[in-house]
Order: sequence, then C-alpha cells, then structure tokens
Amino acid sequence: MKIDYEKLGLKVGLECHQQLDTKEKLFCSCKPELFKGEPKITFLRRLRPTQSELGQIDPAAYFEFKKGVKILYEADPQTSCLVEMDEEPPHDLNREALDITLTAALMMNAKPVDEVHVMRKVVIDGSNTTGFQRTCVVALGGEIQVDGKKIPIEHISLEEDAARKTGEEGFIIRYRIDRLCIPLIEVATAPVIHSPKEAEKVALTIGRILRATGKVKRGLGTIRQDLNISIREGALIEVKGVQELELISKVIELEVQRQLALIQISEELKARGVTENQIRDKIIDVTPIFKDTKCRVLRRAIKKKKHVMAIKLPGFSGLLGRELIPGLRLGTEMADRARFWGRVGGILHTDELPKYGVSKEEMDRLMEILEAEPQDAVVIVADAKENCIDALRAVAERAREAVKGVPEETRAANPDGTTRYMRPRPGAARMYPETDIPPIPITDEHIRRLRKALPELPEHRIRRLIKEYGINKKLALQLQDSEYGDLFEKIVEETAASPTLVAATLTETFKSLKREGIKVEKLRDNQIIKIFKLISTGKTSKEALPEIVKWLSEHESANPMDAVEALGLSMLPKDEVQRIIREIISRNRELVVEKGERAFGFLMGLIMKKYRGKVNAEEVSKMLREEISKISS
Amino acid sequence: MNEKLPGYKGEALRILESLGAETGDFIYIEKEGKVYEGTLMPRSELGDDKHIVIKIKSGYNIGVRITSDMKIEKKGSGAKPSFTPPPPPKQRPDLPRVTIISTGGTIASRVDYRTGAVRPAISASDLYSIVPELSDIALIDTEILFSAFSEDLTPKHWTKIAERVAEHIKRGAHGVVITHGTDTMGYTAAALSFALQNLPVPVVLVGAQRSEDRPSSDAAENLIGAVQCAANAPFAEVVVAMHQTISDEAIAIHRGTKVRKLHTSRRDAFKTVNAELFARILDKKIIILADDFNPRRNDRNLILKPRFEEKVALIKFYPGMNPKIIDWHVEEGYRGIILEGTGLGHVRRKCFSSIRKAIENGVIVAMTSQCIWGRVNMNVYANGRDLLSIGVIPLGDMLAETAMVKLMWVLGQTENLEEARDLLTKNIAHEFSSRTVEPVKPPETISV
Repeated sequence: MKIDYEKLGLKVGLECHQQLDTKEKLFCSCKPELFKGEPKITFLRRLRPTQSELGQIDPAAYFEFKKGVKILYEADPQTSCLVEMDEEPPHDLNREALDITLTAALMMNAKPVDEVHVMRKVVIDGSNTTGFQRTCVVALGGEIQVDGKKIPIEHISLEEDAARKTGEEGFIIRYRIDRLCIPLIEVATAPVIHSPKEAEKVALTIGRILRATGKVKRGLGTIRQDLNISIREGALIEVKGVQELELISKVIELEVQRQLALIQISEELKARGVTENQIRDKIIDVTPIFKDTKCRVLRRAIKKKKHVMAIKLPGFSGLLGRELIPGLRLGTEMADRARFWGRVGGILHTDELPKYGVSKEEMDRLMEILEAEPQDAVVIVADAKENCIDALRAVAERAREAVKGVPEETRAANPDGTTRYMRPRPGAARMYPETDIPPIPITDEHIRRLRKALPELPEHRIRRLIKEYGINKKLALQLQDSEYGDLFEKIVEETAASPTLVAATLTETFKSLKREGIKVEKLRDNQIIKIFKLISTGKTSKEALPEIVKWLSEHESANPMDAVEALGLSMLPKDEVQRIIREIISRNRELVVEKGERAFGFLMGLIMKKYRGKVNAEEVSKMLREEISKISS
Repeated sequence: MNEKLPGYKGEALRILESLGAETGDFIYIEKEGKVYEGTLMPRSELGDDKHIVIKIKSGYNIGVRITSDMKIEKKGSGAKPSFTPPPPPKQRPDLPRVTIISTGGTIASRVDYRTGAVRPAISASDLYSIVPELSDIALIDTEILFSAFSEDLTPKHWTKIAERVAEHIKRGAHGVVITHGTDTMGYTAAALSFALQNLPVPVVLVGAQRSEDRPSSDAAENLIGAVQCAANAPFAEVVVAMHQTISDEAIAIHRGTKVRKLHTSRRDAFKTVNAELFARILDKKIIILADDFNPRRNDRNLILKPRFEEKVALIKFYPGMNPKIIDWHVEEGYRGIILEGTGLGHVRRKCFSSIRKAIENGVIVAMTSQCIWGRVNMNVYANGRDLLSIGVIPLGDMLAETAMVKLMWVLGQTENLEEARDLLTKNIAHEFSSRTVEPVKPPETISV
C-alpha cells in the first residue's frame, strides 16, 4: 500500500538519546557500566505519587501505588553507590558530561543556556529510585541540515539514564540500577518531519554528529530514540525506546497504519450507531458457565479459585478480531490495557471463540447471560475478582476510546517495529527543581574554549576524506558511520598502505568478519596499524588480512607478526617466487608453447590457489608474464 | 528579601522589582537575537544576582543572564494556584485518637510544579488526602507547634513540646506523634523521655531522611508507622519511629534515650545504641523486642517535669585539648559538664587540674565515651582511676547526647548537688542498661 504521508498530515518529532562515554556517572563517581550475574545488594521500595499543588496526581501512577506495587532493586557495589540507591544526595553534575553535551550543542548551532538548572521529572514506574529523573536543558534552538532541509532542534538536554527492568512477579517489579545515572544526551527535534524515511535520515544525521564528539557510547542499548508521531485525524502517540536506526521508518509506517485502522473502526462503530454511553462497566461473574470447560486456561484458573468474569461491548462484533497492523488487533490493544490495569494474563473475546477449548454451548450461554445480541462482542478474563474487575473496566474504557478514534498513549517499541501499550501519556506538569544541585552558570569564556576545540562536522569530514585520500564517497560515508574514522587517518598517516584498502578493510571487511561471528572489536588500534605496516612493507599480503584478524581476535593482545608466522602467511622471498613460477611453467610447458599468452590465466590461478596470502598477486602476475614471454617468443 | 521574589538579590532583584513582577508571572526576555519566554521561578539561595530563572514551555528551568542590552517584560500575571485536594477519606470515630504535633521537618507536602515550591501539608484533612492510609488507623488531630529546622531547636522548645504533649494526653489522646527534623530528633526524644514521666500512652517522634516532596520519600511510611504505634502499641514510652533498613519494609521503634542518628543520609540512619531494638512494625503488626516495657494505661495521671538547665555543656575531648576550655565554662557559670572522653572514659592529665577546679566550684562533671558503643569503665587505667578520685561521675553506657540532656534535666529539677548526682546516676527512662549483648543485626538484604 502506498501511503501519501504528506496528505495524512504526518508529523514526527524525534528525541534521540545516547549514552555518553564518560569516566563517571552523572551525579556520582560510579563507573558507568552494567554488571552481569547475581546482584549482591537488593532492596525493596514503594513509590508514592506526590500531589501537585493543583491536586494533580498521575492516574496510572496512583493506581499502581494503590494496588501495592513494590519495586525490588538489584545493585552491585562496583557500579552503584548510595546515590543511585537514593540513600545519599546527588553529587555535583559531571562536568565532563556537560562539556560533551555543550560540544554537541555547538555542533548543532544551538545556543547554550546561560545557567543550567537540574530538574526532577517525576517518573514513578520504578525506573528511578528517587521517583524522578534528573534532567537539565543545556542548549536551545539549534538546527541541522538533512538533504538540504533545515531541521530545527528544540532543545539539547543532559539527563540520567534509568534503571533497567529485569522482571516482574505479581506485585513485585524488579529493576537493576547499574544503568541508573549513566549520562545521556537528549536531542529533541521540532515535529517537522513528514515521512518515515526522513525521520530515519534525521536520526542518522544526529547520530553522526554525536559520534563526531568521540565521547558517546556505542553498541546496542546505548542509543534510544523516542518518536512523537501524529496524523491529522489521529492522535499524538509517543513511542519509546526504538534501539535501532533501521527500525525508525518501520515504526512510523506501522503506527500510521495502526492509527488509520483505528479511525476506520471508529467510523464503522459510529455507522453502527454505537455511542460511548452504551458501553457500560457492567461486569458479570460467569464462572459457573465454565465449571466443566475443556479450555485449559479457564479450567486451571477455576481450579485455583479464581473467577471468570465478562463484559459486553455492544456493537463490537467482528471489530475486536480485526487486524490493525500485522499481528495486532483491537483485541490485542484491549488485552494490553487489561494486563496493565488488571495485571491479568490476557483476555478472551467472542470474535475468536469458539476456540481454545471453549465450546459453542459455553459461548452461547455466555452471550445469553450477558444479554448480548449477535452484533455485540463479549470479553472475558480469569483471575482474582478484583483483578478481573480492573481489567474489564480498562477494556470498557478502551472500547469507549475506540468509538472516539485514536487514544493518546505512550507506547513501547517492539524489536519488530510494532508497538505495545505502555501507559497513558503523563501530564505536562511533572517537573520541579532539583534543589540538591546548585545552578551551574555557563560562562562565555567556557563556550569560547569549547568552540575552539570543536570536532569536525560529519559532512565536512566526509568531503575531506574523499578529497584528501582519494577514496570514494561510499567508503567515506561508511567510515564516518563506523567507529574507525580516526583510526583510518592514523593508519594512512603512519603506513604506506593504500587509503582505499585501509578504508575498505575497516568498513566492509570488518563488517563481513563480524557477520561471521569474529570478534573484530577485540583488536586494539595499535594491532590494526601493525597489520597494515606488515602489508605495506611486503611482510604479508593483503589477501592474508582476514586470517590475521581472525587469529588476533582469538589471541588477545598478541603481536600481528606472531599471527603471520603462526598462520604461515609470511611472504615468500622473491627468488622463491621465481623458482615456483619456473617450476609451474616447466610442468605445463606444452600448454605454454601451444597457447602462449593465453595460458596466463590458468597458470596464475594455479599459483594463487596454492600460495594466496604468501605472495603478492601483482608481483606474481608480472613475473609470470615475463617467464611466459621468454618461452613463447 | 522580597517575599514575592524568593531567592533574588542585587541586580536581578532590582530589575524584577522595577517590572512589578513576582514568581509565577509570565516573563519575556530578548537578548542577543534570542527570545526566552516562560514563568518566573524562585532563585536558589546559592545562586548569584546575575541570572533570572524562568520555566520554559517544555517544563525545564533555565537561568538567563542579565545583560545591559537585554529587553525584559512582564507579559502577564500567573494564575494563583488554587488547591482542591481530593476528598479526604471518611473519618472513623471508632478508631483511637492520635494527635500529631508538628515542630518542623515537614512530613507531608505537595509540590507546586508551577513555581517548584514545596508546600507543607499540615491540617488533618491535608494529611489524610496525601497519606490516606492514616484514616484506617486513627482519628487524627493536628497541632502546628513550630516550623523550625531541628538544629534551631533549644531546650526551651523541649519544654514547650513536653507541655503540649502532656496537655493532649490529659485531654484524652490515645497517643501522640511529634514530627521532627531528624538532625536533633535524638536529643528531643531523650528530653521528652525525662520530662514526661509515668506516661499512660505512647509518645512517638518521627522524621524523614528523604524530603517528603519526592515519590521515594520515607516520610509517609514512617508517619504511618508512628501513627500505628501511637494508636495501638501496648507500651507507654517515648520512642522514635524510622526505617529499620533501606527498604520500605520494617519501621524500627527506638527507645528515646537509646537512639542516635548514625548516618548523614540513609533511611536507616537511626540506630538503637547499647541496647536491643525496642520494637518493630512489620506488615502493620507491632512486634515488641525488648524484655520489658511500661504498659499503656487508661488513666491520665502522667507526671510532667519540663524544666531544663541550659548551662550544661557537652565537651568532646581530643588529643592536645586545651584545659582552658573547661575553665571557660566554669567562669561562664556552667553548672554541669558532660565529657565525651576517649575509650573507657579518659582525658589527658593536663586537664585534671581544670576538672578538679570545676568540681570544687560545684560543677557536676560526668564521663561518657566518644566510642558511642560500649560503656565507660574508669577503673582499668590510672588516668581513669585518678579522674574518679577527682570526682568525675562515670555514666556507664549512656549515650553522650542523652547524658547531656539528662544533666540539663537533672539540674532543672534540683539545686542540691547531692540530689543531682543521685538523679544523674539513677536509671529513670532506660538510659542505662546493665547488660550489653551482641546486637542482632537487621538483614541488609531481602529475598522474594
């Protein structure tokens, strides 16, 4: 399906988050690293929603609190101290992180604020031990160029990363606090992006600029994009945590599709004459219907003294089973809500029944008890009574929203580009000052110093790489996006290796080796430089390079010369090569005499097959031609 | 300081005053080609006078530096926040009546996100709406006695608190809770332990180590524990209720004379020293851990002895301490000195003559240990034996702070030195324990 995004009024704003590669965390001196294995420290907390002066309380947060949700934090003394445990006030803001953020801001032509104020952004899902995320705006009003279009940058902030969720058992949610307080830069664009592809390019451009600072972390989990997506008839949806660049356009495409499908459902409901008022929270205990059921899920629940409860959704027949996007139905959205508000495992609905062992008779009985007509749908859940009621109330609420259209939500990105319900969108009023950290003035003198040491902008560098080293644009782009840009220039400077060979090795060769599962990242810069020295001085051949890299990745911090020797990849001396060529010719004398110059290809093939990596192909070719011409002339 | 422009001073204050602005107003600033718009915010006490703080549309605060060529305007007045609390839960007259006396150290508050101000909630209905759990435990009555940082409280405040507590008990409260800043809560707890004798109901001091405006605050859990204790505990003593560990699980109940703040910031900063923990609240149940306690009674016959002599000093000995410090106190008319000696209860010999002079002048001099844990024993070393013979009174395993409070109280009760010495060494409120056992440590970790 070809979609005209412009016509739909698609507006996307990006919030790019990337972890900074600092020595310490943002508000303490812990190492900004994650730990593996069992936690040495655990503690249990509750987070109580604070009331604002206007009596506002985040409804989702308050609901969770009332249900008695507790958070079990896991920590390791290597990566967390009392600050992350919220047992000690924060230390001063990490100045290294502030300078990296300021540098990135200047590269995006943003204006640093005169004085930085750290704020507390209330987040009480447990991802922050304090119940708020510490964050500060460092610069305002920048812009970047993407395909000749100016993309305004609204603000550039510095904030602490959150704890990572490691599990959930009943009313206990587990979080690991190693990631908490790792510095993150956030770059927020204006909502001026009008197509999925454009969003991806904007993210790529921002990513390039951040990497150009040389001070950001790399690898999965270090980058997260939040997308604010809306279409004209739909709603503003915040999608959180897109980890891969390639997924951005897919997430947007699918979200637009989802919103279009929901708008269609809303129109259909209206056409059926369904109104919000008709959808009532009338929840009925239907446990007796299923007391002899063959449905395993229901039988198990009833055996555990749980209840089966149901709600009627008038006029919804056929709509719950309708696919919004592949794998996601309106029924799925209701199940997400039921899980969030009722902590139930899932829902069953009449659009998918009879199935899962639920019989036709049971279904008829269900429709009868709920006084449902064929045009109605019925949703059932099985759990403790209280949970059933909360879950079905949430289902009814989602049904009412379906009449209206697209509900505003915060959704989380799945690895396949689809999204799932995360929570209602939080209210705007949830930031207040972090009084434990004094304001930090940014002096003009400091900005002048940073400006002098500004890294080269990515687009400048790409142009320069092409011009200075004569490599093609594709390689230059790849180098810029790789982590080896600086190393490339160093190798070319220190060795006589051809820039194109170096660039292709650092990008394409390394990429394909990684794909084969070879841990290229284990190689140190000086080892890589040495490999190119060996090649450029004729100690080994460029064909031997992949083998050497592989060997070094398995022999940490070994000398590349050892690899060459261990693999028998050292170059044969010239007279030895001469001897081999002569031998081959003498063994194929007839062929050479008969075919002359045309025997070259065959002979060259024979030699290279046997001696690849030990001989220089160009040299062999030259010598072979000379020898052939001696005989055939 | 201008009340409408909190934290502003110097040039920034002058400019804002000339605009007739106050925090909450909408401010427009233009300088160096950039426009800054937002709500005027209060300024940190630590801030200079060169910046104006505004909350921009995204909710963030930024500081805008004042320059000579900037343009600044007040574009509108901020809407004054009108607070409509959620309806308080239904009160249940069948529940025990508990009075909450607030002395500062707010225990419940709400945030004005507009200006960032944190406003304490003090009325009973405010408390109920913020900590609704309280309505299931007790019928609450509140009194705001002071709004002070706890380091600003003096023995005069202890007297006042004791009098108010006695009054509420006489009027029929089933228990009294006192909210208190944590820094000197241990001192006040000791003072009340001596001033309120023959108590018929519990008196519970409570505070918070994390400010109450944050979702992770320990304030509400501590307050719930304290109210539970005041309403239902079987004992009638002065206690402190605070987190037992860093988890939101058990609330430790410490005896007022045996408790000390032992950490600057942790939730479990308060520990019972030289005794076993008195009681603990876990899963809404009060578990008594001590061997004996003064039981709750229905009568109202408490004995109030609220006077404290302020001319008592707590002097911590350190290597090379100049004995003139002791002389100075005597010249200033001090009536009592608690020494916080080294180890088992020692000070350098150079101090001996000053101490002798003090005692000869009718000053009571008593010894505690700066080790915090353990009891003094001045028979073991020669210096200790000599101090004893000079007339220094050893105070066993009493905490130095409790000893100082007690001596203030003792000298508030009697002028007679003989009587004072007897009273000081007599166990009145479990300040002495005759046995010290290996403490049972609370589990640092929990498993689910």
